Amino acid sequence: MLRYTIRRVLQLALVVLVLSVLLFAWLRALPGGPVSALLGDRGTAESRAQLREALGLDDPIFVQYFAFLGRALTGDFGTSTGVSPGKPAMELFLERFPATIELSIAAIVIALIGAIPLGYLAARRRGGWFDNASVVGSMIGISIPIFFLAFLLKYLLAIKLGWLPTGGRQSAGLDATRVTGFFVLDGLLTREWDASLDALRHLLLPALALSSIPFAVIFRITRASVLDVMDEDYVRTARSKGLAKRIVRDRHILRNAMLPVVTTVGLQTGALLSGAVLTETVFSWQGVGQALAVGFERKDFPVLQVVIIAAAMAYVLVNLIVDLSYAAIDPRIRTAGKVG
Amino acid sequence: MTSSRAAKIDRLAATAAHKPTAEGEPQAGGNGPKSDAGVSLAASAWRRLRRNPMFLSGAVIIGLFLLLALLAPFIAPHDPGLRLLQDQVVQARNQLPPPQPGHPMGGDQYGRDFFSRMLLGSQQTLMVAVLATVIGLGGGLVLGTLAGAFGGWVDTVVMRIVDVLLSIPSLLLAVSIGAMFAQQSQFTVIIAVAIVQIPIFARLLRGTMLGVRESDHVLAARALGVKRRAIVFRHILPNSLGPVIVQSTLVLAIAILDAAALSFLGLGAADDSTPEWGQMLGNAQDFFDSQPHLAFWPAACIIAVALGFTLVGESMREALDPRQRR
Repeated sequence: MLRYTIRRVLQLALVVLVLSVLLFAWLRALPGGPVSALLGDRGTAESRAQLREALGLDDPIFVQYFAFLGRALTGDFGTSTGVSPGKPAMELFLERFPATIELSIAAIVIALIGAIPLGYLAARRRGGWFDNASVVGSMIGISIPIFFLAFLLKYLLAIKLGWLPTGGRQSAGLDATRVTGFFVLDGLLTREWDASLDALRHLLLPALALSSIPFAVIFRITRASVLDVMDEDYVRTARSKGLAKRIVRDRHILRNAMLPVVTTVGLQTGALLSGAVLTETVFSWQGVGQALAVGFERKDFPVLQVVIIAAAMAYVLVNLIVDLSYAAIDPRIRTAGKVG
Repeated sequence: MTSSRAAKIDRLAATAAHKPTAEGEPQAGGNGPKSDAGVSLAASAWRRLRRNPMFLSGAVIIGLFLLLALLAPFIAPHDPGLRLLQDQVVQARNQLPPPQPGHPMGGDQYGRDFFSRMLLGSQQTLMVAVLATVIGLGGGLVLGTLAGAFGGWVDTVVMRIVDVLLSIPSLLLAVSIGAMFAQQSQFTVIIAVAIVQIPIFARLLRGTMLGVRESDHVLAARALGVKRRAIVFRHILPNSLGPVIVQSTLVLAIAILDAAALSFLGLGAADDSTPEWGQMLGNAQDFFDSQPHLAFWPAACIIAVALGFTLVGESMREALDPRQRR
């Protein structure tokens, strides 16, 4: 297990290293080069020359790369030029990160709670109307542009019916204490129940919109996985032993069928971050995704840099954790998996 | 690393690579369709597809939209770029031209005939999807063939880069690629969507090729002294294309959705006189509260086309997957 862990962590380091090279190359490929990218349109000739000097752009390319790497390692990606001018990009990112995590967790929880029972039911009635309808439904689910779904939910439930707020993370004028940056959790921790409820009401619609893709994917994986497991000999044995249906379902079928689902949840991190860019924009949710959308519009490259590298690292880290826990459960993975 | 996504693609590749042998094996238990024996893989897959309602409905949807795209210039009553009803647009009151004789769906925010724009949008949308997929597929074929055919350090280097690209969420990658262009256009969108797909295709093809490389007919060819180039291009590559072709069908759907998302984020042509559904949907966001129909129709068409490609792609994947043959 230790050797496996070390190998995976080393692979992670390699990925981050390659990523830094790509990011460095990307920064140089931007229109106008890194100086324009970092200064935006407001740079004067003087500030340009200063930044050129400070960035060491006249140094050999390797020296420049290592300087870039050094700055990146200390979290220095420059100052935001468009999203929140003057603020260090890293600080901006850290400020907004909890919002995106909160949204993503809510979305994945909705997806898990809904999709696993549905997937199980569909598999048990394979080929029936419920199965067919939900399989087609899941395909429609992945065919809906996520920002359109977000608009639709906002339009129907927030604007037309007025049940839920149209956007933001909390109502204006609400004076809530901040502890962690996770608004729902903050309300619980400080016992400001109304603040927690208010945050939850704001969270519901964006989370629902964001959950559409993981919902469809988890549903299909659960269904396929339950179908596989149901045909296994040990399930037949359990049944023939006369075990109660509920026990066979919970202990024999679901427990074994959940392993691929766990991996899938890890894989959905990337899709969630992509989706967060769109849902956060529709609901003006002050998260990382919205920072990316605004940053792109205003050519805020320092912010884009941080978001890209952080998103990739978050993705890789989540999958590392998933793989490690998976390997802890299943010894076959530790010894196999030499490739990849 | 990046592990899981890469591993998932590899698994997909592996199920396909084993196929030639699975086909030749006698049907154990005798519960598989007997008629499959002695029939080529493609033929048996086609036999199963022909009866699959999912595949058929997907194919019908795609066929209808293709027909629409072909006939659009002849049906469309007006030029989609002309602001014919401009005098009926009242910006201050968010008022748009209502449906009227000659303009069955009214006008859009610039007073252009919405019905004609919807019809002609099919052409651009399908073209974006096809071009993005073809470019992505082309890039993936080159990289995947390099890695799969040569192995060794070429494989390691190519796959490391591919793995890193796979670890960046697709939309973020597309946006960063879009940011490298000084001038935004429809072409930028196509390139950004296409490049995101390259690592997926490359990884998939490489995985399948590694499997096929070990198969008997390649060994036989090698024993006969066939040159490496001929082995790669005439024996390995043609036998590895199945999963890649299935994937391209799915990518056609993904490309349409991604292009719409990029338009929504403001990456796309400023000039929208040539209509494209994704762009129309992205631009309709400002009027969503007052004029939901401007978003609804492009969205409905996008969902239908994407669903068509997904249905076809998924049922093709199922038909080619030997585990499904019970």
